[in-house]
Amino acid sequence: MTEIYFDNSATTRVCPEAARKAMEMMTQNYGNPSSMHALGFRAEQELRAAREAVSSFLGAQPEEIYFTSGGTESNNIAIEGAAEARKKRGKRIVTTAIEHHSVLKTAKHLEQKGFEIVYLKPDKRGKIDPKQVRSAITPDTILVSMMRVNNEVGSILPVEAAADAIEEKKAPALLHIDAVQAFGKLPLHAHRLRADLISVSGHKIHAPKGIGALYVRKGVHIVPLTYGGGQEKDMRPGTESMPLIAALGTAVNALPDLNKEMAAMKELNMFLRKGLSEIEGVAINSPDDALPYILNFSAGGVRAETMLHFLSEHGIYVSSGSACSKGHESHVLKAMGLPRERVASALRLSFCRYNTIDEAKIFLSVFREGMKAIVRRPL
Amino acid sequence: MKEILLVKLGEVVLKGLNRRTFEDVLLKNIRRRICSLGSFDINERQSTVYITPKDGADLGDAEKRISKIFGIATYSRACETEKNISAICSAAYEYLYKELSAVKTFKVECKRSDKKFPLKSPQICTEVGSFLQKKFPSLKVDVHNPEYTVRVEVRDFAAYVHGNSKRGAGGIPVGTGGKAAVLISGGIDSPVAAWMMARRGVELTAIHFASPPYTSERAEQKAADLLRRVGEYAGHMTMFTVPFAKVQEEILSKCPENLFTVIMRRFMMRAAEKIAQREGCGALITGESLGQVASQTLPAIVCTDDAAGMPVFRPLIGMDKVDIISIARRIDTYDLSILPYEDCCTVFTPRHPRTHPVLKFVCQAEETLDVDGLIENCVSGAKITKIEPNR
Repeated sequence: MTEIYFDNSATTRVCPEAARKAMEMMTQNYGNPSSMHALGFRAEQELRAAREAVSSFLGAQPEEIYFTSGGTESNNIAIEGAAEARKKRGKRIVTTAIEHHSVLKTAKHLEQKGFEIVYLKPDKRGKIDPKQVRSAITPDTILVSMMRVNNEVGSILPVEAAADAIEEKKAPALLHIDAVQAFGKLPLHAHRLRADLISVSGHKIHAPKGIGALYVRKGVHIVPLTYGGGQEKDMRPGTESMPLIAALGTAVNALPDLNKEMAAMKELNMFLRKGLSEIEGVAINSPDDALPYILNFSAGGVRAETMLHFLSEHGIYVSSGSACSKGHESHVLKAMGLPRERVASALRLSFCRYNTIDEAKIFLSVFREGMKAIVRRPL
Repeated sequence: MKEILLVKLGEVVLKGLNRRTFEDVLLKNIRRRICSLGSFDINERQSTVYITPKDGADLGDAEKRISKIFGIATYSRACETEKNISAICSAAYEYLYKELSAVKTFKVECKRSDKKFPLKSPQICTEVGSFLQKKFPSLKVDVHNPEYTVRVEVRDFAAYVHGNSKRGAGGIPVGTGGKAAVLISGGIDSPVAAWMMARRGVELTAIHFASPPYTSERAEQKAADLLRRVGEYAGHMTMFTVPFAKVQEEILSKCPENLFTVIMRRFMMRAAEKIAQREGCGALITGESLGQVASQTLPAIVCTDDAAGMPVFRPLIGMDKVDIISIARRIDTYDLSILPYEDCCTVFTPRHPRTHPVLKFVCQAEETLDVDGLIENCVSGAKITKIEPNR
């Protein structure tokens, strides 16, 4: 049975270069970068190279990059650390209702600590209106946290409007961008985005799970959440996970040309959109101008979980809602105001450079088969 | 100081001439459950099982396992000592030093089953009590309401000193009550039902209905995980996973929607019975509780029962949900049970199921179905999984 993996926003296959690098770091170059001897120095060189790879992708300085355990930890440090550092200047934090749970639950925690959180609502296509962003940001706002690309529908959020509003209103606000889904896919120039904090994750770009990074603009002070032996300039102490860090650096360097890949993804996405919209009952949930790596749609009347298992039996792996919240209805689609049965039958396809049009063809034919075979129940 | 585990048998001791059989099964169960922890001497005398660790085996681990074996009324860790009064006194002092330092009042109880021992029980109590009082001047004797009771047992081969005993799992040894097949969905009730029947000595076989692609592999994994927890009490068992989607699709397309659940349950009974018979089981076990849902009303159970050709045990039939949940918490299945995976019982639930189905009409509705063929498919497609209890 062929394996077709259309769940790359959940996680990706580690690319061979990164896997080899991790192996090398575990078995040969296994030193602690803090050690004074030659083995330690060699590890430190790798640490430096990985930091440079990530920073140059973000148009940043190496010293602005801090390695973390992944997107969730980056988001936690960024949001709680910023709120803690700026709490004397205000209590207002602006975010959106369609953020990842690592943002929403951190925000909720801050709400209990007395911060005022504003959740911006998306429209029916999962887009956030820039005007709404501008008016939500007030002169006493201390933090704006927005994702660059939504993980469930692929909508691109207007972080530029947030940066504009912070400047116009002279708000003491830091701008945090959760770029986990955009990293390695869209150009992410920290200075052009006018971001103070950017979260990225390794396992969405063919690096292993358990590694991510946080960009903190030089001159910005945030409070760390953990304490230890000084690694990562005490922002995120603990012996550096060199196999994962070096693999992340390698995976970043192995990224193909963004424009070329984007063109391929657009083609794949358009092909599937067209194929799916020819099937009766299917409704596309992603906006037209979404990041082409993500395609969310509802399989009219068929429970998402059932279709997911049906496809899975045929070696095709997709996601219902988002993989982080298995079994729960998607908060993003709900915030978009989609009717219940459309939420209950929503599937997400997400692509990577290893996917092909041929796979899309097989997917469409198996999916059609599923629409016929699966008995529908009122959702 | 030699520390051992004293295990007192429960209901087993009332079994008259069959008693030996029950005891043998219990000893076998104990051996089987603790052999992986290390080396132990296990033997039984005078209605008590003596478990002595050898070669540094850990008694604490054994104690945890023992607390989950049916057929045991109480158990306690005890200090074994020579059969003379001064040895008993100093053993009590040394072994229970920590416990006695923490309380203000105590008493001593004694059982002397070796009638050749020169002192009688009340005399032993007095001797040990006054010895301890000298050692702990602030300790007072209170024979009615003591904070702590020191127990001395003078038996045939040695004397034992211990504190309060702990309550065992009760019941009778698994394997003495025949074998039955439990229908396990993944909800809160069925593991509790399985546990209750195992407590009455029943050896379990498990039957789980899976409906891929409507249900996921995780639902099946969940059922297996639940059985592993139950297995800490009931021992190892076999789980049969029965493919059920075809049956459900057929019922859905050919029968009135409001009878779906009751007809489905009749099919479950039939398939379960076939497997149960083949496995040498004498009965089925379900987690039904009267009136809990539409398929568990009295008329619905009448219809379900009609399809089963062997006795169906429903130990939860008269229990409230809160009581069931409290057992589920006690046996540690609750947290697993509430994981949100669709199971075969919930995927096709009609909006308005019949709460008072009439058997005659249910049978009529079934006439359109190829009952034997569908059941044959279920039975021949069943997958076998060995369930070893959690370690």
